[in-house]
Amino acid sequence: MPSNKSVSDAPIVQFTNCRILRDRRLQREDLWVRDGKILNPEKLFFDEKGSADVQLNCKGSIIAPGFIDVQINGGFGVDFSLATDDFKSGIDLVSQKILSHGVTSFCPTLVTSPPSVYHQVLPQISVRNGGAHGAGILGAHLEGPFISREKKGAHPEHCLRTFEAGAFQDLLNTYGSLDGVRIVTLAPEMKRSSEVIQELTKRGVCVSLGHSVANLSQAEEAVQHGATFITHLFNAMLPFHHRDPGIVGLLTSDKIPAGRRVFYGMISDGIHTNPAALRIAHRAHPKGLVLVTDAIAGMGLAPGRHTLGQQVVEIDGLNTYIAGTKTLSGSVATMDTCVRHFQEATGCSVETALEAASLHPAQLLGIEHSKGTLNYGSDADFLMLNDSLYVQATYIAGQEVWRQDTSGM
Amino acid sequence: MKLIILETYSQASEWAAKYIRNRIVQFGPGPGRFFTLGLPTGLPRDHPESYHSFMWNNFFKHIDISPENVHILDGNAPDLQAECDTFEEKIKAAGGIELFVGGIGPDGHIAFNEPGSSLVSRTRVKTLAMDTILANARFFDGDLSKVPTMALTVGVGTVMDAREVMILITGAHKAFALYKAIEDGVNHMWTVSAFQQHPNTVFVCDEDATLELKVKTVKYFKGLMLVHNKLVEPLYSMKETGAERSQPKKPYSD
Repeated sequence: MPSNKSVSDAPIVQFTNCRILRDRRLQREDLWVRDGKILNPEKLFFDEKGSADVQLNCKGSIIAPGFIDVQINGGFGVDFSLATDDFKSGIDLVSQKILSHGVTSFCPTLVTSPPSVYHQVLPQISVRNGGAHGAGILGAHLEGPFISREKKGAHPEHCLRTFEAGAFQDLLNTYGSLDGVRIVTLAPEMKRSSEVIQELTKRGVCVSLGHSVANLSQAEEAVQHGATFITHLFNAMLPFHHRDPGIVGLLTSDKIPAGRRVFYGMISDGIHTNPAALRIAHRAHPKGLVLVTDAIAGMGLAPGRHTLGQQVVEIDGLNTYIAGTKTLSGSVATMDTCVRHFQEATGCSVETALEAASLHPAQLLGIEHSKGTLNYGSDADFLMLNDSLYVQATYIAGQEVWRQDTSGM
Repeated sequence: MKLIILETYSQASEWAAKYIRNRIVQFGPGPGRFFTLGLPTGLPRDHPESYHSFMWNNFFKHIDISPENVHILDGNAPDLQAECDTFEEKIKAAGGIELFVGGIGPDGHIAFNEPGSSLVSRTRVKTLAMDTILANARFFDGDLSKVPTMALTVGVGTVMDAREVMILITGAHKAFALYKAIEDGVNHMWTVSAFQQHPNTVFVCDEDATLELKVKTVKYFKGLMLVHNKLVEPLYSMKETGAERSQPKKPYSD
């Protein structure tokens, strides 16, 4: 039937027979998409007198916003901290492969590396929209080298640095440039960190605390200067102590500036954090939990040896250690596995589990008006999942970019 | 009239829905042949989000209807009287209202035809009674000064022109209005009573709404339920789709 679409000629797609995650709940609603954005059907009906051009039956699937991974070091044999000649094709490969895990936007992460690596690699990571070619790149996450020696984890000691001498200028010299950098992880107990945190925050870079032996007051001071994230809570930081909770204490600190929220990354692969600890964190501060994979090059590949920047790691099942040690180094979990494990371990609702991988990372990066939700006007990056939270199809800007192949498993 | 008494609110709603479904199927709408469903005006238009949202969320988004076939009185029109007159014209152009579905207020009003409205009135601007203003205050954050005092409404006469009228009445607070509507005389203080003079009216209510009626009335109509329930029997099986649909069974008519 003829419909007068006074605003745009782009086709309107109506996804029916589905449950969508909106307003924090799963609702039996149709999803309308036009021009790569979520459309308001009521305005379409009354103001434009328009109707759908295409109707797709989702057969009862759950539709959730696409997952956003803010800490991923590589995968499928690609290591973001290695300055290879075909770096660009490596990042393209990963961004394409993670679509099947439900990730529609991500922050390629670089572990502690020598300055030459940053200077070579960072210019090759450009912020770009996702599409059929792969998930969107929101910017790089630089984890290190301004971290604590005692809590370096899998990071190479010889590359650790301080910014005691020149504060922010030191940082800039190390990285070369902050163009396209979205998150920086550093240890707040380092001298002159407050200045650095302030400078970074001023430039719109999200500052995260991690790989640190800071106590709670040092962490709180860092937050007051602008830090908003904690890198993989519990790992590479002082354990919770009842007289000095350390960085973990930020979850329930009363010194957080009004109107701000501290987010914390959790690798819920069942290995990095005991489920009981995961539950404690979730219950203490549910709105701040951000699921991350911290995936490394070996993710998606067979067990064996792979690289992580300057180190060699060994993969055995879901465990990944520095070769020859018991030091955890990243994970091989996929984002959708993390979501499922999180939901199982905490017994939380499906909505909470999905939000921890979509809404919360979007809020962390301040992009929730366009990503991480299915609100009208948001980018149409979404997933179709079955009731067990297995991804069946991935959509970016309203286009299907991946679908589960049901013909043979 | 037919008085259909169901036990609960949901049963009454379901009966009414099935009845409307059957009427539409029997009518056999098609290109150029419109089944015109009339509905009361609801909220004053001054709160555009709420009224349009209400209609969208509770009706339009669940059915396949072309937006061009939806006509809602526009309370923000520059010339309100002209808007009302055009509305009456549009009804005529569509072939008249086939079925008007409405509820009644505790004061027995249909649409915004408050007590004292002429029983032959047409679509017009109406001043609202205090009761209605109070009831609508919840859409304006409880602030009485914000509630519009006027609304556009179809008239009693407009609804009387419909070929069939269905009134839904549920809840004990409507019981007195129902009594006045069907057991007392035709009276412009209880405008719903006008339908006593309509050839085809169906009142659908739940037990609570019958609390003010004579036991005799209730028993009589409950006794007829066996017959009346034939009106909501499915006209064809849901399993038949599209072209395979056989001719609808001959509908029961009394």
